[in-house]
Amino acid sequence: MSTVALESPPTLPEVHYLNADYGWRSWLFTTDHKRIAWLYLFAITFMFVVGGLSATLMRLNLIEPSGLLFEPASYNKLFTAHGLVMIFFFLTQSIPTVLGNFLIPIMIGARDVAFPKLNLLSWYIYMLGATVFIISLATGGIDTGWTLYTPLSTTYANTNVLSATMGIFIAGFSSILTGLNFIVTIHKMRAPGMTWFRLPLFIWSMYATSVIFVLAMPVIAITLALIALERVWHVGIFDPGLGGDPILFQHLFWFFGHPEVYILILPSMGVISELVAAGCRKRIFGYSFVAFSSVSIAAISFMVWGHHMFLTGQSVYAGLVFSALSFAVAIPSAVKIFNWTATMHKASVSYDTPMLYAIGFIGLFTIGGLTGLFLASMGTDVHLHDTYFVVAHFHYVMVGGAIMGYLGGLHLWWPKMTGRLYPEAWARFAALLVFVGFNLTFGPQFILGYVGMPRRYAVYPAEFQVLNVLSSAGASILAVGYVIPLIYFTWSALKGPIAGPNPWGAKGLEWTIASPPPTHNFEQTPIVTEEAYAYGPEEAHVG
Amino acid sequence: MWYGFPFHPEQASSIAPEWDYLFYFLTALTVFFSILIFGLVFYFAVKYRRREKNEVPPQNEGNLLLELGWTIIPAGICVFIFGWSSELFMRTQRAPAASTEVFVVGKQWMWKVQHPEGPREINQLHVPMGVPIKLTMTSEDVIHDFGVPAFRIKKDVVPGIYSTEWFTATKTGEYHLFCDQYCGMGHSHMRGTVVVMKPEEYERWLSGQMNVKPMAAEGERLFGQLGCNTCHPGEGKNSGPPLQGLFGSQVKLQDGKTVTADEGFIREAILGPQAVAGYPALMPTFQGQMNEEEVLDLVAYIKSLGPPAERKATKP
Repeated sequence: MSTVALESPPTLPEVHYLNADYGWRSWLFTTDHKRIAWLYLFAITFMFVVGGLSATLMRLNLIEPSGLLFEPASYNKLFTAHGLVMIFFFLTQSIPTVLGNFLIPIMIGARDVAFPKLNLLSWYIYMLGATVFIISLATGGIDTGWTLYTPLSTTYANTNVLSATMGIFIAGFSSILTGLNFIVTIHKMRAPGMTWFRLPLFIWSMYATSVIFVLAMPVIAITLALIALERVWHVGIFDPGLGGDPILFQHLFWFFGHPEVYILILPSMGVISELVAAGCRKRIFGYSFVAFSSVSIAAISFMVWGHHMFLTGQSVYAGLVFSALSFAVAIPSAVKIFNWTATMHKASVSYDTPMLYAIGFIGLFTIGGLTGLFLASMGTDVHLHDTYFVVAHFHYVMVGGAIMGYLGGLHLWWPKMTGRLYPEAWARFAALLVFVGFNLTFGPQFILGYVGMPRRYAVYPAEFQVLNVLSSAGASILAVGYVIPLIYFTWSALKGPIAGPNPWGAKGLEWTIASPPPTHNFEQTPIVTEEAYAYGPEEAHVG
Repeated sequence: MWYGFPFHPEQASSIAPEWDYLFYFLTALTVFFSILIFGLVFYFAVKYRRREKNEVPPQNEGNLLLELGWTIIPAGICVFIFGWSSELFMRTQRAPAASTEVFVVGKQWMWKVQHPEGPREINQLHVPMGVPIKLTMTSEDVIHDFGVPAFRIKKDVVPGIYSTEWFTATKTGEYHLFCDQYCGMGHSHMRGTVVVMKPEEYERWLSGQMNVKPMAAEGERLFGQLGCNTCHPGEGKNSGPPLQGLFGSQVKLQDGKTVTADEGFIREAILGPQAVAGYPALMPTFQGQMNEEEVLDLVAYIKSLGPPAERKATKP
């Protein structure tokens, strides 16, 4: 018999942040960034289900050219609810408030964020906004489309525009406070030795996102307030009938709106850098280029809003500038893709679920990014504008990109958050379903847009039916891919096998502490002497 | 060869084939880079798969030359696409001088079309083949968008301003007309048909429309009915500037600005008048007293009052 003792199976630490305190007060009045992450996780998962169900009903309705289930009035409310919920109440929060809240202090070696009480306040503000919004939906809904274009939203719509925008208005302040909190945390709370260029790339992307939170969210707040002014007091701002300018609204909305889409994708890019590094056990190729590309994306994102408005009659010369800058913002995204791919060269590529999501992201985001060129080009945008091509493009970025990153991140850090593992085989299967279902759902929509089907159509000419049915079939696979993780994560949190501090053999401060971490994260402030991805030359320690 | 492809929109305008070339180029580019990235990712994932639980691969720092390469090459490609697509776009924005004019008013949820010769249509647009057609469009309420996939054209139809788009149809037939900008409850019903006819058939169709007054004649009637001729009579100096030869001329406003009197200016001048230099600001607004179709009729009447050459006096 061998004398080498078998490694003893990992055990949960006796006291950790989840069991340090009990009772509902210990959760609802917590200032622990890790518990607040859980509060957000529950809230946004609920909102994701609301947004997902409305998408499911939309896809069902589109099986028939004349509409399978709903009158146009109801269908219009469904796509408006889907867009507003997913953008303002799920994607905006997803990675920053769940993974960001949980990880930023740990990754930089801090006990908590800079302003823990403000952090809790952010959650309450979000909950207030979400509650107002859900009540607005439940009492009739809103039918303006998520873009809320005027004068439709200010003068002509007779649905719950005021209460719904009120919900969004409130929730925006939660994001501003979160952004502020993260910026100060990253500047002031880094452990000794944690220099800017030793930071994990996730922190760089969260920093860039936080800056956009603080700069862009006030703009949408002002814009929504102007809608209320015109709707309630008939102050002529946007409605030409009252002396206003409807295009002014689009300038304001997209000045917020385009940075907003980078709020959604930048955090995901940060997560992918972590997934690729951990999945390859390798330093990210061209670290500083990836870090600076996040910052330059954030900067340029404020100067491209006019590419949503090529066909509004805006000056063609303004259009030229916006088109050129839109191409410019594509380049740092391409740089990231190439660097992630290069990281896999001569790596040790794991087939664990997080890496599968990373690989899926790289592929889908490549397609999402390249199809963006069709829309940044003014010539091609003329025909593709406001068709399903646009819908397909931004879902490749928002779902294929942002949600794949969020799910991948959840899978990587789930063992850290709960101390437990999930069933790997089920998780890989679900990742595969998400990838296949996603492509079946949104791939046909590129062709639908090319042949001319406008977006936001409740009924459509019969020749578009085949592609719509294909898309709906794909959506059913995608839905199953989303439900499975919901089930196994629940099981894992209660009964999953114990993970140990570092189940992936990954580098980074978060993997040096127990899973789940103690309330104060580190027993003593860590002294950082190496960069984030200091793999090798010695073997990795798994478990 | 693409005509047999089931997922291809019809090519029925002069711009459509050119549009499609650019689209095919971008599609080829997308396919090429997607296959490149997918291929590399899968190749690396298989070749460098983790073979032992604890293995750590050799590390490297990155490579400046590669970074520069994959920044500069995509940038070069982007500059090329930008040039190509912008040139195409600029051409789609400028209607040829000799275009046949048609006027469009969008309204929740229908398209109203007016031909200068008089015929009016709803959710239909009859046009002759081979002739450049210029649409001047506005909306009665919210923002709509006039898109014809077979022509690869699309333009927002915005209340309060005139927007224009143009096309030359190259194939007879009936084509979808879609409202592409979400405009409220009936958005997906705001559809119509563009009927492209041979020029001689089109002439027959035009003359076959019974009892219609040309737009300018209808405008003249409104001009009298609304009392415009009190201040803008045909002859002599009066409290309002003369309108003969106004269209296309340069007008100096009271505030010192000089503007070209195009359709949009005339519309503005009727609905929200700004005093013209040398005349008292007496004109009342007609906002709310007439609909966009009537405004278009008046514009057509004023346009019919002669070319700018006869009107040197107002030039600054």
